[in-house]
Amino acid sequence: MKGISFGQYYPASSVFHRMDPRAKIILAVLYIVSTFLCKNVLSFAALTISALLLVILSRIPLRIMLRSLRPILFIVVFTSAINIFATRGAHRLTPEHWWLAIYEEGLWNALFMVLRIVCLILSTSIFLTYTTTPVSLANALERLLSPLKRIKIPVHDFAMMMTIALRFIPTLSEETEKIMNAQKARGANFTTGSLFARAKALIPILVPLFVSAFNRAFELATAMECRCYHGGEGRTQLNVLHYRASDFVAILLLVGFGVGLWFLNRVDFLYRLG
Amino acid sequence: MTQPFIHTENLCFSYKDSEGAGEHPALKGISVDINAGEYVAVLGHNGSGKSTFAKLLNLILEPSSGVLCINGMNLTEGEIDDEQLMELRRNVGMVFQNPDNQLVATVVEEDVAFGPENLGVPQEELRRRVDDALDVVGMREYAKHEPHRLSGGQKQRVAIAGMIAMMPKCIIFDESTAMLDPGGRREVLDTIRMLNREHGITVLNITHYMNEAAEADRVLVINDGLLLTQGTPNEVFSDRALLLSAGLEVPQCSEVVLELREGGIAIEGEDIASLQGCADMIARAYATR
Repeated sequence: MKGISFGQYYPASSVFHRMDPRAKIILAVLYIVSTFLCKNVLSFAALTISALLLVILSRIPLRIMLRSLRPILFIVVFTSAINIFATRGAHRLTPEHWWLAIYEEGLWNALFMVLRIVCLILSTSIFLTYTTTPVSLANALERLLSPLKRIKIPVHDFAMMMTIALRFIPTLSEETEKIMNAQKARGANFTTGSLFARAKALIPILVPLFVSAFNRAFELATAMECRCYHGGEGRTQLNVLHYRASDFVAILLLVGFGVGLWFLNRVDFLYRLG
Repeated sequence: MTQPFIHTENLCFSYKDSEGAGEHPALKGISVDINAGEYVAVLGHNGSGKSTFAKLLNLILEPSSGVLCINGMNLTEGEIDDEQLMELRRNVGMVFQNPDNQLVATVVEEDVAFGPENLGVPQEELRRRVDDALDVVGMREYAKHEPHRLSGGQKQRVAIAGMIAMMPKCIIFDESTAMLDPGGRREVLDTIRMLNREHGITVLNITHYMNEAAEADRVLVINDGLLLTQGTPNEVFSDRALLLSAGLEVPQCSEVVLELREGGIAIEGEDIASLQGCADMIARAYATR
């Protein structure tokens, strides 16, 4: 478990990997808004093309990209089924006397929904999880949310907790493995038996793991105190984030894209969402 | 140096019961002076109070009674405000036993920067301090690595770099080598000695390894919350009976020399603490037999 990689970060060198993580969070939000702006065939076509462009620009292999879609397969199938069978419209495709009523509008709606969901997932995973490490994401969130400090929301503390959690994931997973081996050496069995029996077998792992996690927490707190930690006040940072011109260009491009979608929506062509 | 860097008089500390009723005295009055630039080893078996002593020195624990002065600042007189506490902890760094539980960040250089970041050191100086500190412990090439992929000795050196970046006058090592393999222990000990000799940092090494104590200028032996004896390693290791009463055993090489002497063989010389010294003494005795 030494080589555990948390999150889905895929190391590569692309424009998105080099981008400021704050800019990527903003881009992700803008893109989500864009997917909901789409109303008709043309705008959805533009959305699909833009998503494909993102995939190409991110230099992430398609195989890995598709992996992020697997968890939403069920949602995709489910929503398209609902849309196909439940939409009533003017153009019935199945014969009148069939019990199954499918309308042309239903098919369009289903297609649009699927496109919307797929583009949503693809874009957020490209902007956030695939090209940004969890640590820089935490860092960026702290920076972006720092205005909230004024209304007494402990933004720095949350970011600190997140960083420490990320720091200790590999340590604790190693420890879990060690405890499991120790229990196995004494005849514990985690792999056979009913679900209930297997869950019960985990208790002797969880108890020592929790005890050790608390001990670690206490020691870490002492060590942090020794290193003069006193909250976010007056702290400086070694690696400060810097926006670059390209970050602003990307944000402007995406805003332009949104405006473009709005114009495309006004063109009447084939079908538009009601 | 008119004033010792660390000065304690009759320093006491008691742990409270969880109910707050009973008290368990851990330190029962320790008076000691440690000068700036000294390399001092604190020896004691488990539960002797040596770690408690260390934790008092940067006020992780507060003394119950007695006098504690560090760097001319009396810490047992009146209230200590946060700024004084920060100043104290900047001056007296501490490296703990478990390397995993003292590294905060997910990248080596950011962990080293953690202390000075807390002190509000401006960014350019921060970068310089981090690079310098990593150079001192020889971990510069690992600056961008993740701490959990390093060996125990390397992690401990990163922790030391984290202290150096705060530019302390003194570093306390609280059994910092106890969890390391022999290779890692050597790395850390070499680093400790180098910090003391070349950078003039006062070192307090809390340990129960006799060989480590042999490297110090001075050894304090704590037993049952009291200072049992102190002196150069050679002086302390000569009194085997006293060390045994504190649950400690002299290093094997010293034991050989002491046993030979007890057996009636005259071995001249004082250099009993180091392996090399013992070997030389025995060789000389053999040659002049």
